[in-house]
Amino acid sequence: MKRKKLLCALAACLLALIPFNAFAAGEDGEYDMAYYGQFAGQNASINVFNWGEYISDGSDGALDVNKAFEELTGIKVNYSTFATNEELYSKLKGGGAQYDVIIPSDYMIARMIAEDMLEELDFESIPAFENIDEQYRNPEYDPENRYSVPYTWGTVGIIYNIGTVEEPVDSWSILWDEQYRGDILMFSNSRDAFGLTQKLLGYSLNTEDHDELRAACEKLKDQKPLVQAYVMDEIFDKMLSGEAAIAPYYAGDYLIMAEDNEDLRFSIPKEGTNLFVDAVCIPKGAAHKAAAELYINFLCEPRVAADNIEYIGYSTPNKAAFELLDEEVQNDPVCYPPPEVLENTEPFLALSPETSLLLDSLWTEVLSTDKGYNKWIMPVFVVVAVGFSIGINLARRYRKKKDSPY
Amino acid sequence: MKRHKGLSRLYTGAIMVFLYLPILVLIVFSFNRNKSRGAWTGFTFDWYLKLFHNDAILSAFGNTLIVAVVSSVFATLIGTAAAIGIYSMNKWMGRAVRTLTYIPIMSPEIIMGVSLMMLFVLMRTKMGVPIQMGLLTLILSHITFNIPFVIFNVLPKLRQMDKNTYDAALDLGCNPFQAFYKVVIPEIMPGIMAGFLMAVTYSLDDFVISYFTSGPTSQTLPIAIWGQLRRRVSPEMNALSTIIFVVVLLALLLGNLSSIQKERRERKAVRI
Repeated sequence: MKRKKLLCALAACLLALIPFNAFAAGEDGEYDMAYYGQFAGQNASINVFNWGEYISDGSDGALDVNKAFEELTGIKVNYSTFATNEELYSKLKGGGAQYDVIIPSDYMIARMIAEDMLEELDFESIPAFENIDEQYRNPEYDPENRYSVPYTWGTVGIIYNIGTVEEPVDSWSILWDEQYRGDILMFSNSRDAFGLTQKLLGYSLNTEDHDELRAACEKLKDQKPLVQAYVMDEIFDKMLSGEAAIAPYYAGDYLIMAEDNEDLRFSIPKEGTNLFVDAVCIPKGAAHKAAAELYINFLCEPRVAADNIEYIGYSTPNKAAFELLDEEVQNDPVCYPPPEVLENTEPFLALSPETSLLLDSLWTEVLSTDKGYNKWIMPVFVVVAVGFSIGINLARRYRKKKDSPY
Repeated sequence: MKRHKGLSRLYTGAIMVFLYLPILVLIVFSFNRNKSRGAWTGFTFDWYLKLFHNDAILSAFGNTLIVAVVSSVFATLIGTAAAIGIYSMNKWMGRAVRTLTYIPIMSPEIIMGVSLMMLFVLMRTKMGVPIQMGLLTLILSHITFNIPFVIFNVLPKLRQMDKNTYDAALDLGCNPFQAFYKVVIPEIMPGIMAGFLMAVTYSLDDFVISYFTSGPTSQTLPIAIWGQLRRRVSPEMNALSTIIFVVVLLALLLGNLSSIQKERRERKAVRI
């Protein structure tokens, strides 16, 4: 008798567990269809705007995130890509919001929040947000965590080739070392380039002090003769082939390079560095907000986030996804630096419009030739061009007159 | 004389190397096992296989083709009609319109891109035209910047044409429409074809204008490549570029071969 009762209880327990299991999405590919099926058969679609090469696309047997989402929900994903935060910003500003999901970086999110360009997310319909590590909730760029769900994070450090650089690298100052003239690469975007210079000089990454920015600008000008090139993705080729020996870049990208060139090392300088977060948001006026939230939730599913992060190579803010990673990756100090290193990092925040403008003009000053730009060049050029064309016409007319028999 | 020939061959060779070496490098590295262009680690067809499973790249390529073909067809129709109109204008009108047509060609692409984007946004927000950035805006802008190229390819052919042939056709019983498509069109056909091909080429190449006028559903190949810039351009792009290069090369070779044969046949016919 007792045994029967026990069996009954067990069966009841199991029965109760079944729907629960279906709820605990992820692991075994079981997703909550009551949730993901909301839009099935409605011909819905969302427009996703992401960085290039920034989502697992099914190569090497990994998950094709967009396709999996389409199959799961019946929502079509229109996927397009951008290369810089500023590009994303100008697209949204200029063309009006036609995107439903965007993935800007931290400082751009802060700027967009300030300019009222983002929709508040409905976290009720993003249950998988619970997978996000506490540490990455309520970040400085979105203090109440109302607009964004972190997607990836990473640090900036120095990548160097031990064939050329034999000394230990622990400071940004190596990028100013005369000894490595011509072997140094540098960021071609102003924010990163200024950021590390500001760190070297002991300033905040987000300083609004114009004298400090000016000092950083002078420092960058000092560096210019030593720099081989100002680059972004060319860093991969140049570092792999040994064409350059020292370059500041993102930790995740170093890991990809290190697979192909074992002489490369990565170091986070003692002066501290930038910790960046790219997070998923919905722009103001998005036409398919509910479907977009489904997509964001899908990105937070442990298995999806883990496959994504393996493809991208950056670090994940998703605790459940982190658990799924190889132990080797979990313990990698480059990808997941120890707390004392992380403490010494600073995120980028939005700068005031005046400071942004100053930064732009200072960066142009760094990149342009030493000779100052002469404001008379344009008018003189126009006058010469007009004069030239009038001259030609006159000469032609004169010749015609001479040639004509009448 | 012979020495000269050697020299000219050398010169031609140097130019060929100059033009094709970069493409050759790209082709070679599309077979590289390694993801980078820095190191050669072994031969593989992987990138070609992966390419055919990469929906993002393929759909971008599809968009590029659709935009190129559709916009070139429309630009050719509109441009040819415009050229015929300009041709029959009086001297001053004609000159004024030609100058106006030159301006879009001469002015930097970015100006055209930004102004088209502003126009589309204005149409949507202020004039109530429900136009979304997408394939449609992309095609419209490509038509816009392609029209001048067609016009300037057709105009010289019209000038070469003997005007009397048209009158003769009318005298021999054609109505004006028949005279137009039986006499004028065949006469200027080479110009129309050249204009069309030029339009296709410019449209395939275009990045700047597409960048400003494309939307979430209509990324073209150049924009997709641009998007990969922060991470790095994937080797599938090398594979795709190689395929495009080979296809274009084959098309050109076939075209040239057939025209050579045609010439031979005609020469034979004359001899007989």
